[in-house]
Amino acid sequence: MSQTNHIGKAPSRVDGPLKVAGAAHYSGEFNVPNLAYGYVVSSPITKGKILKVHADEVRALPGVLEVFSHENVPYLAWFDKSYKDQIAPGGSPFRPLHAPDITFNQQPVALVVADTFELARYAAALLRIDYEQQEHETNLETKRTEGYAPGGGKIGFQPPPPPRGKPDQALKDATHSIEAEYAHGAQHHNPMELFTTTVEWRGDGKITAYDKTQGVYNVKNYLMGVFGLGKDDVRVVNQFMGGGFGAGLRPQYSVFMAVLATLELKRSVRVTLTRQQMFSIGHRPNTLQLVKLGTNPDGTLAALQHHALHETSQFEDYTENIVNWSGMLYKCENVKLGYQLAKLDIYSPQDMRAPGAASGNVGLEVAMDEMAYAAGLDPLEFRMRNYADRDQNVDKPFSSKKLRECYQQAAAKFGWETRTQEPRSMRANGKLVGMGMGGGVWDATQVKSAAKALISADGHLTVRSATGENGTGTYTIMTQIAAETLGLPLEAVTFELGDTDQPEAPIQGGSWTAASVGTAVKNACNALGEKILKLAQKPADSPLKDAKYDDVEFVNGQLRLRLDHDQAVVLRDVLQASGETQLEADSSAMPNMVKQNGYSLHSHNVAFAEVEVDEDLGSIKVTRVVSAVAAGRILNQKTARSQVLGSVVWGLGMALMEETVMDHKFGRYVNHNFAEYHIPVNADIPHIDVIFVHEDDDIVNPLGVKGIGEVGMLGVTAAIANAVFHATGKRVRDLPILLDKLL
Amino acid sequence: MSQTLTSAPASGGLPTPVSTGPVRLHINGETQTLQLAPWTSLLDALREYAHLTGTKKGCDHGQCGACTVLVNGRRINSCLTLAVMHDDDDITTIEGLGTPENLSPLQQAFVDHDAFQCGYCTPGQICSAQGLLNEGRAHSEAEIKELMSGNLCRCGAYVGILDAVKEVVDKQ
Repeated sequence: MSQTNHIGKAPSRVDGPLKVAGAAHYSGEFNVPNLAYGYVVSSPITKGKILKVHADEVRALPGVLEVFSHENVPYLAWFDKSYKDQIAPGGSPFRPLHAPDITFNQQPVALVVADTFELARYAAALLRIDYEQQEHETNLETKRTEGYAPGGGKIGFQPPPPPRGKPDQALKDATHSIEAEYAHGAQHHNPMELFTTTVEWRGDGKITAYDKTQGVYNVKNYLMGVFGLGKDDVRVVNQFMGGGFGAGLRPQYSVFMAVLATLELKRSVRVTLTRQQMFSIGHRPNTLQLVKLGTNPDGTLAALQHHALHETSQFEDYTENIVNWSGMLYKCENVKLGYQLAKLDIYSPQDMRAPGAASGNVGLEVAMDEMAYAAGLDPLEFRMRNYADRDQNVDKPFSSKKLRECYQQAAAKFGWETRTQEPRSMRANGKLVGMGMGGGVWDATQVKSAAKALISADGHLTVRSATGENGTGTYTIMTQIAAETLGLPLEAVTFELGDTDQPEAPIQGGSWTAASVGTAVKNACNALGEKILKLAQKPADSPLKDAKYDDVEFVNGQLRLRLDHDQAVVLRDVLQASGETQLEADSSAMPNMVKQNGYSLHSHNVAFAEVEVDEDLGSIKVTRVVSAVAAGRILNQKTARSQVLGSVVWGLGMALMEETVMDHKFGRYVNHNFAEYHIPVNADIPHIDVIFVHEDDDIVNPLGVKGIGEVGMLGVTAAIANAVFHATGKRVRDLPILLDKLL
Repeated sequence: MSQTLTSAPASGGLPTPVSTGPVRLHINGETQTLQLAPWTSLLDALREYAHLTGTKKGCDHGQCGACTVLVNGRRINSCLTLAVMHDDDDITTIEGLGTPENLSPLQQAFVDHDAFQCGYCTPGQICSAQGLLNEGRAHSEAEIKELMSGNLCRCGAYVGILDAVKEVVDKQ
């Protein structure tokens, strides 16, 4: 029996004890000596110019070290290229403190640095700035006819595929058809940890930036470009991140500010944004969607049209894939997809958990529910009749797809057969009861990553890769992969991450970390394994004398022949006999394009939700959710389940609570705090069942994993919206579904 | 059309910042004398002056619960109280409940039930739960969910948090 098969089990997080004891250090928690504090001043106007920053009167306060603004910021990089990070969209990235122009509300306009946090905050409140205001526009409704197709996009953006079939004619000829518009406002990531950067001045122009980011290399390259630093001058570290959800994919202005002040003052500086300022760093964009569906007499889809328009800033073409998924989730020969942006006087939106898909999924899956009702079909049966065995967007088969099994298992667990189709036909506890469903699809992506593995003479394995831990369980799954590859107990392995002194890993997003960094970790451990085998073969009487690497396996602390387990050596004995104090190996991993070329690589899910609606008050309570996910192999049952549970909570928030409300008169978000931007709390959360449907897939990557952080959010929001319709007979098409929309 | 606007009140000479003085805090059984200004919150005193960073800042407005600590056994938001108001109070932070090597029952239950993801709200959640236990108030699942709802968790680990707290409550 192997004691060292860890993959697919449910070990607790290896970083758990540090987190629950308050001993995990986040970016604002490094106690560097002689630290100064910076406090950001935000623009109260939306568009215009700064006429004058009255910095001198604040500089004169005892304890204030400097006031930075566009008036005194030193010469920095000139070309846009230097400010472009790994996933910068088209356009010109925002440059903090660069010019007097104001292009969005809450734009950072100054940084006040003082000896203490309290002083910096106080002085920032006293800083007088004269502005010239200009008229602005922040309302997407005014731009309905001014949408444009973006020329390009960030890495990963794919313009919608060209129309297929005859989507207009087929819609006209359809037996039944529906057409509806769906909308949701801006939403903000709001990770619990505030964006914070602690920059340590190491002297001689060298710095270490402890920064809240989902990509330490992305930040390092940005800082090198903007400040003209050499690669040995700047080290970026982030070992624990208090939530990201996409907010930390791009370098934020907090790190710019902290590094600027540190370099100018030659002193360590910490900058922490306020919760209010966390609403000025990117968001899921306000989006309008038009969906048209038509069916044939047999309940198959005759036509599908999906068009989306969302906001972006004046300076960047932020893009996301909203409508493409609609061309692949269901079988349909006649499809037309459209995607446009509109420029407003706001900050650039930013990827937020399942960017694009979470928005487009609501449009498609609520429309599918409407279509099922129009065609007189059960919503689940309707989806089964339109099951896609091929990805028609690219005309390729899926590498694996067990969505049908997700439908079946989740429906059975949920008790979908007890549902009566008629709206307002179910009641319990004096309330209207509704049951709804929705499903989704997300990319299974692998991107280039590198890792280093080292083993000491006492048999302790250390593996390093500059990826991130923002709650996804990276420390734990990488430890499992490394330990299993070299046949060690979890306790004999340490995984280290989040440091640009380590081999490069990509930004942590797109649900690709498990596949990408996991494969690199496995490869590095195998490279180390080959070195260990060579050492084991040195003694003349080695039982592994003529074995090739493929002939041996690492299990239970031993290295043995696969076909003859008695021919074995103890790993620690090999290392100690070798006289080496440490062995190390580097490796990297890339997707196998040749193998993947003929396939579409995706994960799928479905969610079923039950709601109770108080008809008198319009209040909605989600009472049960069942979520089934098919995402290849699950590395850790415990942490993967938590990711899906969290995704359900996000879906619930998007359905019933979350909206950042813009006052267009001022061009300013008015609920930019946790009291007024509502996210779900413990009492909002129902019983949630999570089902993983296993898929064997050696095409996506050698580990067979598809990623789990985003797919679980799909379907949930639509399932709840559809359940509300089923309960009440009222179809709410603009999220969130607040009680006044039901009254 | 344009108009000019000046942010921050115009002033005739800015007020000078206030001076500091010694504040005696009993934190996790140890007495520390910190040199603090009266405007320093208990949260900032813990994090920036006593370097006990287990207590987290998530909003600084008493809206998220990440800064929850126990003062004389009762849970409070440490961002909403000034350090100078706690001369001689007994303050327990997450670091005082257990260590990574010697976790408290609640801390262990949080690990076992995966009651967190990023871990940032976790110290506040655990201090809040410890407060509930101290107060003897949470018994049913509904009570725990309601009484733990002052602590936000953006990762959405609420199911695990409920299970973890319930396990410890049931063992009492």
